[in-house]
Amino acid sequence: MDLFEHQAKELFAEYGIPVPRGIVAHTAEEARAAAEQLTGRVVVKAQVKTGGRGKAGGVKVADDVADAHAKATQILGMDIKGHTVHKVLIEEASQIAEEYYFSFLLDRANRTFLAICSASGGMDIEEVAHTAPEKVAKVPVSPLTGVDRASAREIAKAGGLPEKALDGAAELIEKLWAVFVDEDASLVEVNPMILSADGQVKALDGKVTLDDNATFRQAEHVQYVDKAAEDPLEARAKEKHLNYVKLDGTVGIIGNGAGLVMSTLDVVAYAGEAFPGRPKPANFLDIGGGASAEVMANGLEIILSDPSVKSVFVNVFGGITACDAVANGIVAAFTLLESRGEAVTHPLVVRLDGNNADLGRQILADAALPRVELVDTMDEAAKRAAELATVGA
Amino acid sequence: MAIWLTENSKIIVQGMTGSEGTKHTRRMLAAGARVVGGVNARKAGIVHEGLPVFGTVKEAVEQTGADVSVVFVPPAATKAAVKEAIDAEIPLCVVITEGVPVHDTTEFWAYAVEKGGKTRIIGPNCPGIASPGASNAGIIPADITTPGRIGLVSKSGTLTYQLMYELRDIGFSTCVGIGGDPVIGTTHIDALQAFQDDPGTDAIVMIGEIGGDAEERAAAYIEEHVTKPVVAYVAGFTAPEGKTMGHAGAIVSGSAGTAQAKKEALEKVGVRVGRTPSETARLMREVMRSR
Repeated sequence: MDLFEHQAKELFAEYGIPVPRGIVAHTAEEARAAAEQLTGRVVVKAQVKTGGRGKAGGVKVADDVADAHAKATQILGMDIKGHTVHKVLIEEASQIAEEYYFSFLLDRANRTFLAICSASGGMDIEEVAHTAPEKVAKVPVSPLTGVDRASAREIAKAGGLPEKALDGAAELIEKLWAVFVDEDASLVEVNPMILSADGQVKALDGKVTLDDNATFRQAEHVQYVDKAAEDPLEARAKEKHLNYVKLDGTVGIIGNGAGLVMSTLDVVAYAGEAFPGRPKPANFLDIGGGASAEVMANGLEIILSDPSVKSVFVNVFGGITACDAVANGIVAAFTLLESRGEAVTHPLVVRLDGNNADLGRQILADAALPRVELVDTMDEAAKRAAELATVGA
Repeated sequence: MAIWLTENSKIIVQGMTGSEGTKHTRRMLAAGARVVGGVNARKAGIVHEGLPVFGTVKEAVEQTGADVSVVFVPPAATKAAVKEAIDAEIPLCVVITEGVPVHDTTEFWAYAVEKGGKTRIIGPNCPGIASPGASNAGIIPADITTPGRIGLVSKSGTLTYQLMYELRDIGFSTCVGIGGDPVIGTTHIDALQAFQDDPGTDAIVMIGEIGGDAEERAAAYIEEHVTKPVVAYVAGFTAPEGKTMGHAGAIVSGSAGTAQAKKEALEKVGVRVGRTPSETARLMREVMRSR
């Protein structure tokens, strides 16, 4: 889960990391009030979970209260790379002497953590890393030893930070490490980390990604869930502990296992290329290994309540859960949905393979469910589901 | 022949007394695996599923001569369980548990390296390893395929089963599910190396998915070191950027981690990449027929 800049900075502040004073505003009026409270020049910053805000015009300096109102009016409602700006951060303007880059992140390839530090901050660090790699220090950090003040200083030095910034940077880096570890983050990034005119090292921006797998020991992270931005179907699926991602096509997908479902999306998209309107998957839904009747019913319910869905493809490989159990699950799901007053009206293509596939197919054939078609192979079933999504158009 | 897991492997189950541990201990035994005991500090001394339960991995290893551990403990207990297996210097530790925080995985990996790399870790969030007809450590269904001479390594569980099933008439030496988390113990490259060296394996199926650059690195390794034919499949061509597709590691960010980049890297070194799982099976069938 990614945090908004203002959330990242609030978190930084809890760990004693210097950040500029700031206030979140959802309207231009709130922005005016915030600017009044902060006094002097302020920066109006779009709060969106994507990079390149500055280039997109989402960050603007305002000279006074009226200007803050005007700039907030311009920025609120803006679209930045598909993200609508619903709030801005009004922040006191900083006197910047120098701009640096710093981050801790997970290095997947080397299976360790990495500190990245550069005296060339404030701009696109990937560009710097590409054109002048010697200016970007990449220092592996062992999870067993971590980062203390002395090693933090070494990292800052390796990044080419000047002597006058080293003490401040070391303190900031040590505290960022505490954020990274204690909050179960997979990324904490500060760009720019600045040296202010009065010699203080501060975090002028903040980007934090938290590990969703750690929520069992990070109960307070639930406050960061952005309910407003969540797709309503995704939110409902989450409540039912379903692994669902909304996509923009018309073929509803249910499968077991993340890899198989990802593969199903691909196969349906390929098959759709042959039909008018090129039908595509409407969602990703992994019901996991044990596909009980209830899980199947919940999954079908979510998919069928998506108004863009025209056909459904149930793609199950019976491994641990045998296909007869899955077929019984589908039959029970139909009954369950009917009793909830949500009878299945869309065509459903079912492909069962693996353990007890014949038995599973027999159960479905005997149940003679309306609009359910059994197809033997994944490729053929994908084709049929795409075709049915077209016919219904 | 097989890699890492043979008919002689003696398996203990960490978390055997839990519901998943119990269920899969039964399945492993039914598949003919030599499960010799379990570990649960709070239930030491009892007999479960006809097997002794020990207080520690060390004790279990000393008493039974086990050389494989399968971990079914909950995410919060996984780091400690794997470290215990590393301390006991068990040669193979298969971590089935899903939902382990990446800080914990990174830590137990660093710990394994620091302790001299005596323990091979597979997973976490993986289906385990199966050598059909010989042994089974994890949750891979044993009865969907037959013994043979294809080696398989995969990030995905159900895609592993799909390929095992489609190629069941030809059969497999060993199938390894390495898991879909951002940090994992055993990699595609480790398995490729072992299959290349295994006289019982003639050809290799490699299944990848979006996220990270493991497939690209595997491609570079294949070019340098693998002479046996490799057929690959990559899932997630149509996955949108920035959305995690089920596995914690399956995410495309920017231009990194796309299926297209992985496919191109593999094809560049002569690996045939199937467009669908079934086409991948057909490609492997051709490879085995031409031998």
